[in-house]
Amino acid sequence: MKQQLEAIQKQALDKLAQISEIRELEDLKVAYLGKKGKLTQILKGMGALSAEERPVIGQMANEVRNTLEESIANTRTRLVREERNKRLKNEVIDVTLPGKIRPIGKKHPLTLVLDEIKEIFLGMGYEIAEGPEIELDYNNFEALNIPKNHPARDTQDTFYISENVVLRTHTSPVQIRHMQNNKPPIRIICPGRVYRSDAVDATHSPVFHQVEGLVVDKGVTMGDLVGTLQAFAKSVFGKDTRVRLRPHHFPFTEPSAEVDVSCWGCGGTGCRICKGEGWVEILGAGMVHPNVLRECNIDPDIYSGFAFGMGVERITMGKFGIDDMRLLFENDIRFLRQF
Amino acid sequence: MKVPVKWLSDYVKINVPIREYTEAMTLSGSKVEGVEDMGKDIEKVVVGKIVSMEKHPDADKLRICKVDTGSEVLQIVTGAPNVKEGDYIPLALVGAKLPGGEIKPTKLRGVESYGMMCSIDELSLTKDYLPDAPDYGVYVFNGTPELGMDVKEALDLDKVVEFEITSNRPDCLSIIGLARETVATLGETFKIPEVKVKEEAGGDINDLITIEIKNPELCYRYAARVVEDVKIEPSPAWMQRRLAAAGMRPINNIVDITNYVMLEYGQPMHAFDLDQVQGKKIIVRTPYEGETIRTLDGQDRNLDSDMLLICDANRPIGVAGVMGGENSEITDKTKTILLESATFNGSSIRKTGKKMGLRSEASIRFEKGLDIENAIPALNRCAELIELLGAGKIVKGIADCNCKPYEKRIFIFEPERINSFLGTEIETAEMVRIFKSLEFEVDEKKMTLIPPSFRNDIVELADLCEEIARFYGYNKIKPSLLSGKESMQGRKTYKQSMEDVIRNAMIGCGLNEAYTLSFASPKVFDTLNLAKDHYLRNAVVISNPLGEDFSLMRTTTLPDMLKSLSTNYNRNNPEAALFELSYVYIPIEGEELADERETLTIGLYGGTSDFYELKGIMEELLEAMGIKEYEFRPEKEETCFHPGRTAKFFVRSKNKEMVYGGILGEVHPEVAENYECPDRTYVAVADVGVLIDASTTEKQYRQLPKFPAITRDLAVVVDAELYVSQMLDTIKQKGGEYLEEVNIFDVYKGAQVPDGMKSVAFSLSFRALDKTLKDEDVNIAMEKILKRLEKEFGAQRR
Ligand SMILES: [Zn+2]
Repeated sequence: MKQQLEAIQKQALDKLAQISEIRELEDLKVAYLGKKGKLTQILKGMGALSAEERPVIGQMANEVRNTLEESIANTRTRLVREERNKRLKNEVIDVTLPGKIRPIGKKHPLTLVLDEIKEIFLGMGYEIAEGPEIELDYNNFEALNIPKNHPARDTQDTFYISENVVLRTHTSPVQIRHMQNNKPPIRIICPGRVYRSDAVDATHSPVFHQVEGLVVDKGVTMGDLVGTLQAFAKSVFGKDTRVRLRPHHFPFTEPSAEVDVSCWGCGGTGCRICKGEGWVEILGAGMVHPNVLRECNIDPDIYSGFAFGMGVERITMGKFGIDDMRLLFENDIRFLRQF
Repeated sequence: MKVPVKWLSDYVKINVPIREYTEAMTLSGSKVEGVEDMGKDIEKVVVGKIVSMEKHPDADKLRICKVDTGSEVLQIVTGAPNVKEGDYIPLALVGAKLPGGEIKPTKLRGVESYGMMCSIDELSLTKDYLPDAPDYGVYVFNGTPELGMDVKEALDLDKVVEFEITSNRPDCLSIIGLARETVATLGETFKIPEVKVKEEAGGDINDLITIEIKNPELCYRYAARVVEDVKIEPSPAWMQRRLAAAGMRPINNIVDITNYVMLEYGQPMHAFDLDQVQGKKIIVRTPYEGETIRTLDGQDRNLDSDMLLICDANRPIGVAGVMGGENSEITDKTKTILLESATFNGSSIRKTGKKMGLRSEASIRFEKGLDIENAIPALNRCAELIELLGAGKIVKGIADCNCKPYEKRIFIFEPERINSFLGTEIETAEMVRIFKSLEFEVDEKKMTLIPPSFRNDIVELADLCEEIARFYGYNKIKPSLLSGKESMQGRKTYKQSMEDVIRNAMIGCGLNEAYTLSFASPKVFDTLNLAKDHYLRNAVVISNPLGEDFSLMRTTTLPDMLKSLSTNYNRNNPEAALFELSYVYIPIEGEELADERETLTIGLYGGTSDFYELKGIMEELLEAMGIKEYEFRPEKEETCFHPGRTAKFFVRSKNKEMVYGGILGEVHPEVAENYECPDRTYVAVADVGVLIDASTTEKQYRQLPKFPAITRDLAVVVDAELYVSQMLDTIKQKGGEYLEEVNIFDVYKGAQVPDGMKSVAFSLSFRALDKTLKDEDVNIAMEKILKRLEKEFGAQRR
């Protein structure tokens, strides 16, 4: 019997070593350790043994059972691991293929630039003021020191609705409305759509966007204007940006300036963006004309202020290197998704 | 304003390189737009004289010339048919650089040639500049210029600086005005023009003409001189060239002289044929009722009662400042001339010019208001040039009617106020220097300033500050940041933050932001299939649009969204998802301004887009805006939409009413076709004002449930036309206190469901906050729900 047990153990272990599937393992387990299994059969013959032999064989049979159970468990672990490895091998994918998700949308480049400008001025304590696009001639021109038949009206190719109503040519009428309804100190920016009768081409659009700013307080100086413009320009175009003011004339400011920033493309040495000048004009600005303050019931002997205005399309095109303004209004998804 | 540098140099020395000069002028306020260097491509081209000429032995069209350049005689072979012995011509020497390339010694049919005689084309010059040049062939000099002289000198080739002159500085629309700015900019001295008129004709102008101004509010001054023995002929080359360089076409000596003075002094002049002026009188007045005039251009003009005329004793002979009359025009037969030098009311001239569609170099100067003290000097300069050119003889005296004698305006000189306005610390002495360089009279004892007569733009302190800032240097002003001012807080308004919420929700839903223009064509209402009386057809009309297609302010954003989608579709972009946040403009009866309503427009095609995706986006938006109560109602009437796939939605407003918030759906195939959009195109339009009014940013935490929920499914068969939302409402109403959530998980038509019916499956979830529910609790609720569905909708349980 002892030999029988040894033979069974050896036989079972040999088979185990060759097993490659869990199902076979289950079969083997039943074949040896099941109720009708080989080991059980042998133990059933134990009754024929002598009293001395019985415990010895009994112990031996238990050892064989333990050995087999342990081996089966080990084999199971081996098989599970093998099978998992096989699955993993079969599940190899090309991780270099593009990812899948419904992509979030993109804000329009004009919105991105508008948002950036708003953030900068909100941070400097400005509020954002708004007003109508279809505006009274009075707010758009007359209150801004541009009476009817003033030569300055030539430079603003205006769309008229009626003799007294225009499509605003700048967001300055928002400043007028704000000054007439609020007392200084005033610090606002006025973003919005404006209109000039220019045909659509690569650098013009009859509808475009402006951000204007207005500060009115006691003792506001031209130095404050310069400082504000510098802070703004460094924020938008980088900290090394330099600002240059050129005297100009606007009826609603005095003194007035056109404002250049050092070219963001070349830093001032001359390139395609700045047409070799090293400077790019982005702003008009000046000290609020006393007539404008008076028109809004603000005494220019007590208060002073500055105002500035910029074209958002121009800054957007410069910032992103967009060479044709029409792209901004066509809404080709391949364009919009670049921002 | 185009300024030839040599002309400018008559009045100020420019002793810095041109680039430095233009930069300095730009930074002192006279913006330079460009510099044209007429001779920049011409080198080693000199004046030569053809001393002999013979035929080329082997070529009919070529001739062999000997050309004297003063220092040597060169053999030149030419094909030009127009030159002859004795002609002075521009000769490009060997090594000369021309726009067409470098000149090298060559052989032409075996004969050596050491240079080239040049046409104006080869020198990059035009007939505008050299009107005496032949259309074809070599340029031949008038007169006898010095041999060997550089042609740039011989032809007065000059650098021409183009200045942008702002509307407040009409005085700078002149050589002298810009010379004065140059003086102040470069720190040079002004070469004051000395004008001498010999008045060779003698006599007395007062015997020939009297002047009367009837409307002194429109004509401030009218001065005149008379020229006798007029000889009309071309003006000399130097004058023609200066005029051409400044952008004016030379015509004849009299016209050229008046233009020359206008450019030089900034004072427009006009010449009348005095023999045509009846009654020895000039009367400046507004027209009589029904009066007309035929202007120089042959057009008969009707006159408004406020237009200003120049008349003789009987009739109008010119429209003041705008155009002369045909009846008094200068002709070849003209013997006597009346020269006019006047100042008019600028806005009157502007109005008249605009109405007649006539704007000229003269009228743009008058419009801006001229220096009343400049009329006489300009008139004298004109007379001097007429004498200089031998164009006529000047009668003694000036007829001058001055209704508004110049008065000096005195300003208080307050250096500390100027400094505190600019934020600078400029020394008073420096300010005095600047004002003096600008020809202000400065009284340092009384501390007063008197601007020169040509500076009408100086009105108050701010103007004085500008003068100081310009010449101190804008860029020397030290930057400050509103230091010492009350600090202020900047924040967005509720509306502005909600706009951010909307944009963020839209991009979160995968939509890309679009921008479109605000105009509309009157045709869009038909392409949108809108009814003839649709309220959107009532739009704000632009009176001077860029064209009919841009003549309205849009009342709907749909056409622009469809156009954008169509652009994408036509460019083969397989799908597009767009949104736009912008305004529409609705006229208000009896109001001048419009109701500008903020609008959110969404457009989708391709990919996964369908009605339910669009609706999902809208629901997501409402959720993001904190709008909890809303309702989608089927919409069949809007003709630009698919009648079976469109809904309007309503939101609970602040005052508790359900208000129309917008429309969404599939575009009607006919409209889609009109816009070349794909068949399945989805759009939504929402009224942002209404949504913002219904929105909230308030949020409230609700406890997470502690007790388990019981879920039940319920499938019923109902009429296929029935809107499921109605059943949902009923379930929510009748579901009892424990009903927590109802979802639709299946809507099915087909096998096992009778024709005309559909099966709808709901999943209901019940929960109590304070206990674990028992089946019985739920059974009662389910019973009630089913009964109600049976009764209200004839629903049968499946
Ligand atoms: Zn650059």
